Amino acid sequence: MFQNIGELVLLFWRTLLALPLAWRQRQKIYEQLHEIGNASLLMVCMLGFFIGAVIALQTGPVLVERGLHSYVGGMVGYSIARELAPVMMGVLIAGRIGSAMTAEIGSMRVYQEIDALRTMNIHPVHFLVMPRVVAISVALPMLVAFAILVGWLGGATIAATNQHIQVSAKAFFQDLRNVVELADVIHGVVKSFCFAVIIGLVACHQGLVTRGGPRGIGRSVTKSVVNSIVLIVVFDYLITRVLQK
Amino acid sequence: MSAPSTNHHRGVGVEVRGLRKSFGKQEVLKGVEFSVSPGEVFVLMGPSGSGKSVLLRHIIGLEPPDAGDILIANKSIQEPGVFDEHHLAMVFQSGALLNSMTVGENVGLYLAEHRLKPPEEINRIVSEKLAAVGLAGVEDKLPAELSGGMKKRAAIARALVSEPALILYDEPTSELDPVSAVVVGEEIARLNQSSGVTSIVVSHDRDLAFGIADRIAVILEGKILAIGSPAEIRRIEEPAIQDFLNAKFSRPKSS
Ligand SMILES: Nc1ncnc2c1ncn2[C@@H]1O[C@H](COP(=O)(O)OP(=O)(O)OP(=O)(O)O)[C@@H](O)[C@H]1O
Ligand SMILES: [Mg+2]
Repeated sequence: MFQNIGELVLLFWRTLLALPLAWRQRQKIYEQLHEIGNASLLMVCMLGFFIGAVIALQTGPVLVERGLHSYVGGMVGYSIARELAPVMMGVLIAGRIGSAMTAEIGSMRVYQEIDALRTMNIHPVHFLVMPRVVAISVALPMLVAFAILVGWLGGATIAATNQHIQVSAKAFFQDLRNVVELADVIHGVVKSFCFAVIIGLVACHQGLVTRGGPRGIGRSVTKSVVNSIVLIVVFDYLITRVLQK
Repeated sequence: MSAPSTNHHRGVGVEVRGLRKSFGKQEVLKGVEFSVSPGEVFVLMGPSGSGKSVLLRHIIGLEPPDAGDILIANKSIQEPGVFDEHHLAMVFQSGALLNSMTVGENVGLYLAEHRLKPPEEINRIVSEKLAAVGLAGVEDKLPAELSGGMKKRAAIARALVSEPALILYDEPTSELDPVSAVVVGEEIARLNQSSGVTSIVVSHDRDLAFGIADRIAVILEGKILAIGSPAEIRRIEEPAIQDFLNAKFSRPKSS
């Protein structure tokens, strides 16, 4: 694990050094973005909506029981923007996109495609890693911003329709606007950017170090998803701590 | 050697010195030594598992040696920049085409990634090289849609595109029918003659070896057993070499 972290930092550094090539590789980045969007937009919608819904369902009745109707929108909106949307989407994307990246690069490794690239003086970090890390770092923050909106909508829907809450959508958003600031949304989006870098690097790294045939690919994919999720949760704490004034 | 050549059409000499490599406890290369002159077709023969592929991987810098050294045009490959100065290409045993790209993109990859030619020019070169290996018109297919032999030939086309100074072929004819094998063998020889590229060919194919080689080396269990011209190799009476060169199927006789 510790050796992994060293290698990850090194890969991060190499990816940073490869960033000036991003414009040249824009076609690949665009393809990756397209794939990420296609693969995850619907799921982000569903997940976002139901996260909002369940938070409203859990907290709404408790607040309303104590006469705190006007806190429902703020409570739901705040927790989705700062915490739930970035973390849950990070986990979703680690499972949906990170795993696919590891599998693809891992199979390229096992079937000597990466060796073939190296014999053509094509650097795997420039050709494979950098475009993927850039694409996911662009896509995830956008998906999270979108998920926050959908989550609020889900919360508002449940708040308005659930018989134990009955806070109108108008009141919900009014309250949300009183509590949630733009800074909170930015907080969530910035976090998700960090998560995206983590997912992309972990996925590519696990792919590149894959050994031993199809079974090795399976092992790498599992590790990629598990390590990404663990790092997301750890970094979630660290970043929140740093961003707290 | 005089001034360093910048002409990539010209072959480079290769020297392998005391090369050793172990994977775990298994010693695969046990002090391999030989040298290949510029423009030569050098064929490495040896039974399966004798370390031929591992040796090629060392020559092209994919594997670091435990001991010994490899010189390309009298320069150690440990020195930085050797692979920029002299472009080496390798045709992998499996072909190693990039499965997510079409055959045409695979063949043109080197030129496109290094921006050496404009796109139309690349398309033209790709078609030309594919035609040269008997694969005209498969540009838009995916590697998965090709047979094993076609993949091998596409991989050869991909290696040719970069106009290397040295090409390493790992079993170029292993999955080909006898006719295509002859075509590929002739192509290797023709290329060598027209551009002077040094070729190191790993093969079990005795016809190919004796047909195209300037010199043949026989490798057994990680050691070079013999090196010489095809005629010299044939004359060697060492049983291990004779067995390998003369192995034939013999039907069990029914008594
Ligand atoms: N990456 C590796 N890790 C561990 N062992 C390896 C590795 N690569 C090769 N070997 C071992 O080295 C030995 C030689 O392998 P190599 O692929 O060079 O054989 P070969 O001569 O090319 O055989 P073939 O004609 O069947 O292709 C084999 O015993 C193989 O198990
Ligand atoms: Mg081999």
